[in-house]
Amino acid sequence: MAERTGRELFLGQGPGAEAGSQNLFVNMGPAHPAMHGIIRIFAELDGETVVKADVEIGYLHRAFEKDCEAGPYNNAIPYTDRLNYVSPLINNFAYASAVEKLLGIDVTERCKYIRVIMSEISRICDHLTCVGASAMELGAFTVFLYMIKAREFLWELVEDVTGARLTISYGRVGGVKADLPDAFGIKVRKAFAETRQVLSEVHTLITGNRIFMDRMVGVGALSAQDSIAWGITGPLLRAAGVPFDVRRVQPYWAYDRVDFEVVLGKNGDNFDRYLVRMGEMEQSMRMVEQALERMPAGAINVDFEGREIPVDAYVDRGKQGKTEGLLLLPIALSPNLQGQGRDAQSRVNVHDKTVVLPPKETAYGSIEGLMNHFMLVMDGYGIRPPAGEAYFAAEGANGELGFYVVSDGGDRPYRVRCRPPCLPPVAALPRMIEGQMVADIIPTFGSVNMIGGELDR
Amino acid sequence: MDGSAILARLRGRLGARVLDTHEHRGDHTAIIAPEGILDALRFCRDDAELGFDLLMDLTAVDYLRYPGREDGPRFDVVYHLYSVGHNHRVRLKVQVEQDAATVPSATSLWPIANWLEREVWDMFGIRFDGHPDLRRLLLYEEFVGHPLRKDYPIDRRQPLIGPHV
Amino acid sequence: MGVGTFFTSKLDEALGWARKFSIFQYPFVTACCGMEYMATACSHYDVDRFGAGLPRFSPRQADVLFVVGTISHKIAPVLRRIYDQMCEPKWVVAFGVCTCTGGFYNNYATVQGIDTIIPVDVYIPGCPPRPESVIDGLMKLQDKIAAGAQRY
Repeated sequence: MAERTGRELFLGQGPGAEAGSQNLFVNMGPAHPAMHGIIRIFAELDGETVVKADVEIGYLHRAFEKDCEAGPYNNAIPYTDRLNYVSPLINNFAYASAVEKLLGIDVTERCKYIRVIMSEISRICDHLTCVGASAMELGAFTVFLYMIKAREFLWELVEDVTGARLTISYGRVGGVKADLPDAFGIKVRKAFAETRQVLSEVHTLITGNRIFMDRMVGVGALSAQDSIAWGITGPLLRAAGVPFDVRRVQPYWAYDRVDFEVVLGKNGDNFDRYLVRMGEMEQSMRMVEQALERMPAGAINVDFEGREIPVDAYVDRGKQGKTEGLLLLPIALSPNLQGQGRDAQSRVNVHDKTVVLPPKETAYGSIEGLMNHFMLVMDGYGIRPPAGEAYFAAEGANGELGFYVVSDGGDRPYRVRCRPPCLPPVAALPRMIEGQMVADIIPTFGSVNMIGGELDR
Repeated sequence: MDGSAILARLRGRLGARVLDTHEHRGDHTAIIAPEGILDALRFCRDDAELGFDLLMDLTAVDYLRYPGREDGPRFDVVYHLYSVGHNHRVRLKVQVEQDAATVPSATSLWPIANWLEREVWDMFGIRFDGHPDLRRLLLYEEFVGHPLRKDYPIDRRQPLIGPHV
Repeated sequence: MGVGTFFTSKLDEALGWARKFSIFQYPFVTACCGMEYMATACSHYDVDRFGAGLPRFSPRQADVLFVVGTISHKIAPVLRRIYDQMCEPKWVVAFGVCTCTGGFYNNYATVQGIDTIIPVDVYIPGCPPRPESVIDGLMKLQDKIAAGAQRY
């Protein structure tokens, strides 16, 4: 970059100030409307063409990896929510699966199907946000509004299951927080009908649109070989024609029991990436519908040794999926903690003190109960994986999301590493935009789908 | 290719420079001596049978507080490799001492190693020989220290930096 | 109170009413709260009915700075600069608990509340806050705007 000061550059003085044209240095700084996250692109321009670009990241570094080392294994789940915050369920489950791999346990069948269903719903939300935001930056504001409308329907589904819209903390090591609610299949069908309608409207609006195609076709292309050398996975690699999808080549959870197509592109340019994302949304909806049909009944959680915890052992109605009308129940708080369901607890709970929290009366009323509660909560529910390390790869919305967990035999993770799927495309961004024009940076950066939480961790 | 066959092929090519191999929970790992790591990575990438063309991840672990490794080399630089053609994975590790924390850079083999090594430098302070542009990736230049080391407390405060160009 | 004061106070009221229903926000979006900001701004929860539907993506043209999402030490100087570039009268909304107090990121990388850097008018806690919370915060901001411009 230039050796001369800003003032010299502005006044046309200093070294390199000969007559004739000089290259312009433009800083698309961290706070910029067309940047999906905060990132800095420092570009050297010759007229409108980008000669050289340098990308600076790290503006959202929140010390995820260091924070995870502080607490027991389940404490890292809220931090993983905020990694890829548009598809948080995939992060939760991928982390939980990495720890389960380290423990050497396998979750129940029903839990695997639930994980597939919720991951795919999350993936649809991510693609909707990405395509909507890119389209808005190209001027198609209607597409953005339609897609966010569809995302609201999906978030209502997520809220029904997990209790929150965005940062859900739904996964647990050994299973998930609670079962699917009763009428979930009907709600899914309604939400998907709306989403399919939105997708078909968007296709009508922009897929054949002359302006959209002019701005996206042939722009930001990266060949398959370059993409692999740059470590790019996910929709960007599939748009270049490489059929690498972790769900297909190294299936996990219940992905080998649902049928889906791996959507491929040809040229690896922005338009192909858009088509791949639109196709993947349809495939995800197919997967959810199949999983709902094939899902077995039964237990959803296992304890730290892999034994199933039966469904009727959960006292909480919400955890069994019976969430209908929960909001309308009158709440009677008892000042002396009677009526906290102590009888019900002892009838239906698993008689294993090392796994289940004692009833509140016992916890507050007797020393043994208090110690039991204390030991379970402070000692991490007995999750102590034997010393070792494990790497688990899931297909995140942007590519391979890997969690590398190192354990020292204690109850806190020794090291948690998240392999961010959007780091390679952003690292390759200068390669994608050099030689293109300034206005091409916008759709290219949009199609990379950089999520700050995941990139900077 | 089966994991143990991959490790055997590595041993066959590198001989004594493969210090250890093991398999844990389905992951196959090889620990390579520091002087042989670049050869090992190049062999993994270029060999037709192995064909590890995708560098999935390049990270490091600080074993300062690990029971059983208090005297041993402090850092491990970990490479996760994947082969798109053959659909297999391997993990390579290099053990690095605290006082001579340098490793040859893999930037010549995979361009993504550029940013991944910058992040390891930023977080752990391990230098990479031959890296074209080793500066911080996630933190700012005025930051003092390498946060992911075990002796860096998580809530250490840094002085606020002012607005500058 | 004379006639002059009557007209001044009525004028202030009218100005306050006009200002509160024509909010040009600068959304300084960094993290997950940005998703809820998008949801609030779009058709389902629709912040446009409050006159706040047009984000101005330049601080020179905006009057309310919505700081949405975690502020790290690396981006803090940029935030300060953006705040300085805005013209009076200006207000600041701290959207999300990371901007109010740092959230659960009590570490070396996160600013523990943006009020350590810039003055804040309305704090909207939540991680992320539901759109209803955001609208509540916006209405409180409107009361504050109607009451008069800030004088520091």
